[in-house]
Amino acid sequence: MLNALLAGVLVSLACGIIGTFIVLRGLAFIGDALAHGVLPGIALALLLGFPGILGATIGALVMIGGISLITRRTRLSSDTAIGLLFVGMLALGVVIVSRSNSFSGDLVRVLFGEILGIAPSALLIQLAATLVILVTVIVCARPFIMLCFSPEQAQVAGFSASLYHNIMLALVALTVITSFQTVGTLLVFGMLLAPAGAGALIARRVQSMMLWAAGFGSLSVYFGLLVSYHFNLAAGASIVLVATLIFFLVFFLRGRPLSTFGSPPKIG
Amino acid sequence: MQSASIIPEKNSSSCVIAHNLDIGYQGEVIVPQVNFGLTCGESLALVGINGSGKTTLLKTIVGLLPPIKGEITVLGNPPGKNPHQLAYLSQFHDSGFILPLRVKDVVQMGRFSDKGLFGRMTRLDEEIITASMQRLGIEDLRDAPLRMLSGGQQQRVYMAQVLARQADLIVLDEPTSSLDASGRKLFSHIMDEERQRGAMIVVATHDIQLAAECNQAMLLAREVVAVGPGDEILTPEALLKTFGIVLLYQGEDKGVGIVEREHGHN
Repeated sequence: MLNALLAGVLVSLACGIIGTFIVLRGLAFIGDALAHGVLPGIALALLLGFPGILGATIGALVMIGGISLITRRTRLSSDTAIGLLFVGMLALGVVIVSRSNSFSGDLVRVLFGEILGIAPSALLIQLAATLVILVTVIVCARPFIMLCFSPEQAQVAGFSASLYHNIMLALVALTVITSFQTVGTLLVFGMLLAPAGAGALIARRVQSMMLWAAGFGSLSVYFGLLVSYHFNLAAGASIVLVATLIFFLVFFLRGRPLSTFGSPPKIG
Repeated sequence: MQSASIIPEKNSSSCVIAHNLDIGYQGEVIVPQVNFGLTCGESLALVGINGSGKTTLLKTIVGLLPPIKGEITVLGNPPGKNPHQLAYLSQFHDSGFILPLRVKDVVQMGRFSDKGLFGRMTRLDEEIITASMQRLGIEDLRDAPLRMLSGGQQQRVYMAQVLARQADLIVLDEPTSSLDASGRKLFSHIMDEERQRGAMIVVATHDIQLAAECNQAMLLAREVVAVGPGDEILTPEALLKTFGIVLLYQGEDKGVGIVEREHGHN
């Protein structure tokens, strides 16, 4: 149980930091696509007896490579490319799984994680990934914030917009790949969005938004595990449910209309 | 009506020169044959309706769009090679309405280009940031969240960010669109100050009054209708060609009057 809590808090830190940028830059769809696109990689790796994390990495690379290939070579929007590969990869994953009767249990583990039975080695990988994300975001803080503000402005200021966008995507991929063992690929996405979304509602600065997000995520892990233990519910799903609940609590407690999402006031 | 005499010495590191320049997106020419020159302390206004090529030219100057044909030299280099000397304010900032940033955080971004990834913000940087906010009259808002401000206040914040760059070349895309009369006046004053400091300014605008205040104006309508000193080129004929309606510039005190409407257009 302690391992589960530790792993969950590490996932919350990683998701809080990178989820903040997903929310601010509107990258939710590509995050979602990555979270599902890694499925065939994991399924194939497990089928062939390789570590799932290796398959997840390959799945994420195929996903990002495919999206950038389609958007560069055609005039299709990235939405179309992401959606296409998202569905395709998910279907491929299910096809691979359906070929084998033996690991439908594995599939559930991949989708919903196995936070209660997490191995110490997975905990170490999670720790390393969280540190990599933290250090990279500290180093790239200025171009990342400028990307959120305006990619063109970042480019003109001498920070390559495409380079830092790709670094950001790589961090999203890293979060998804390492977190699938704890909360699962289906639910890591909830951990990326819900705490950061709640943070966006109340934070005045990007840094404080990350802290709020990490805090909300950790609270979700704690109460999620508690609820799942007492009522014998699926742990990963309970955590994400609590995270979503926290989002709506913040949303309603905020008590005033969401000017943040409204149209810009056009007065002098 | 293109004036070639104003083109300064080539290869000068302190000017912007375009020679037979075709601009556009993805190989498709939007405005052919652009010629102009700008030196220290000069300003150029780009005037035209939406889609006339103003933003395309600005993006070509700052290096966001590659030129399709012809030559352009910006501060002695091809566009995009002098990020530290360049400030650019683009037209749309819809992201600003969700970003959890304070006014000071936005203005501070103006210093990032000089500082790179790791350069520490010094006392001097702080002074520049404060001075920039003071010049726009927003120092009282320094800790206010960006998303709580009105459109006009936000435009002042973005302008303060531009000033904090202390750039040699300032490129602005419709910087006065949300400003009220006093903001508009303040903007003119700041442009004068920046020019006196030796900065070059290129500004895209619908505002003929603002264009007339610049050293040069360029009328765009998917072609260069005219380029040169404002009082020479802001003629009813040229404006009719640019806007599709007759506007008459009546001198500094009287401003612009709409005289007649052209049928079929707009």
